[in-house]
Amino acid sequence: MQTSTGAADPAADLQGIARRFGRRWVLRGVSLRVEPGETVALMGRNGSGKTTLLRIVSTALSPTRGAGRVFGHDLRRAGARVRELVGVLGHAAGLYEDLTGVENLKFALRMCGRRPDRAAIEDALAEVGLADAGDERVRTYSAGMRRRLALARLVLRPPRLLLLDEPYAAFDVDGIRKVNDFVRQVTAAGGAAIISTHDLERALPVADRVVHILDGQLYEGAPADLDLRIERAGGDVAEEAVHSAAGGAR
Amino acid sequence: MSVASELARARAIAWKDLTAERRTKANFNAVLFFAALVLLLFGFALGPDNDALRGAAAGVLWLTVLFGGVLSFNRSYEMELEGGALEALLLYPGDRRALFLGKLLANLAFLLLVELVLVPLAAVLYDLPLFRPGPGLFGVIILGTLGFVTLGTFYAAMASRARAREVLLPLLLFPMLVPLLLAAVEATKALLARDLMGDAGSWIRLLVVFDVIFLVASFFAFEYVIEE
Repeated sequence: MQTSTGAADPAADLQGIARRFGRRWVLRGVSLRVEPGETVALMGRNGSGKTTLLRIVSTALSPTRGAGRVFGHDLRRAGARVRELVGVLGHAAGLYEDLTGVENLKFALRMCGRRPDRAAIEDALAEVGLADAGDERVRTYSAGMRRRLALARLVLRPPRLLLLDEPYAAFDVDGIRKVNDFVRQVTAAGGAAIISTHDLERALPVADRVVHILDGQLYEGAPADLDLRIERAGGDVAEEAVHSAAGGAR
Repeated sequence: MSVASELARARAIAWKDLTAERRTKANFNAVLFFAALVLLLFGFALGPDNDALRGAAAGVLWLTVLFGGVLSFNRSYEMELEGGALEALLLYPGDRRALFLGKLLANLAFLLLVELVLVPLAAVLYDLPLFRPGPGLFGVIILGTLGFVTLGTFYAAMASRARAREVLLPLLLFPMLVPLLLAAVEATKALLARDLMGDAGSWIRLLVVFDVIFLVASFFAFEYVIEE
């Protein structure tokens, strides 16, 4: 097993990742390098393999072929170490309905080998706008509140590599701003983020680079059919994305 | 992570499962009523003959525990599948075998609580001398339950992502439980009959061997069955 300090290593280094479900190849040799401090927006149609790629990076799923490293740690051989570095905000919030918000966060801290610190939990809840709802059962939360609680779980233990899968779904404008603020916080601390989204406009304020998956392969830039939407967004950020998209396929 | 912190993670999982169960009691009530009903139906099927009832009581009791336990094992992982919690659980740092230990502790506590009601109920319905066998009977119940919960927790994890998990779990689990069922029933029967033939000891030793083998094997194999 390779040991690494993680200091000079790329945040994520994927080489020829392929994944098959039954007879269907969802990913066919994806290579991607994400540097510390960088945020990559990952785009693609439904079923293109964005979630599969993020699940492979998080070690939730093993690749059928290919290899990958997170801050120098091999995804297959050092999964436990990778999981210490990665934080995921996925489609599902991954919360327990019959526990309160505070209890869910206490559980998360215990699972990370930390003592449940009430003050830290209250700070995290306040940061995501759930200060008054912490003692209510998650069953009573709206979809947006659940997403905020899932974000609070990440705030409590900021990861070095942040993996966001459709992070803007169910969030209001304030929630979207909080997600992007957290992405900036992680990258400013030397971490990195990969944001899988259909909502490029939301991701543009934080994305340094846009890549997209088509037919199981990764290309630099946004998909061509999104150019119009990017142009409509207006402003400097949108122009930058159009130039990035013009970089074309690898 | 150290052994102490892995044990703390296992305790956290057990705490989470038991807290959620304490709040809703949905699983406990369902399993308890189902098991009581099974006891009652077996009683009707065996007829009013007290000797027949007493002779069959050990087997009926353990089969009832098995049927009720299968329901609770399925539910234990359903909680994780709701809202994608299982994936979140697998993405925490540390050894995934802590998940097995945590689930095992929670399922064991749950099933022992069910048995706390079920065994006296069986004693009433089947006219059993519950206190005559002394602590030996409670030892058999704990050993039998531990072996059953160990395999149940392991196979429920294996079946948890399958579409027909409710059917798959008993199909996987019950054949593996034959030695445990045999040993538990025979040991219980011997102790209820004051162990006049001195049979109980050998059956209890079989229970201990079963528990040790499957506890170790399930613990080390768990990481492979919980992965997708």
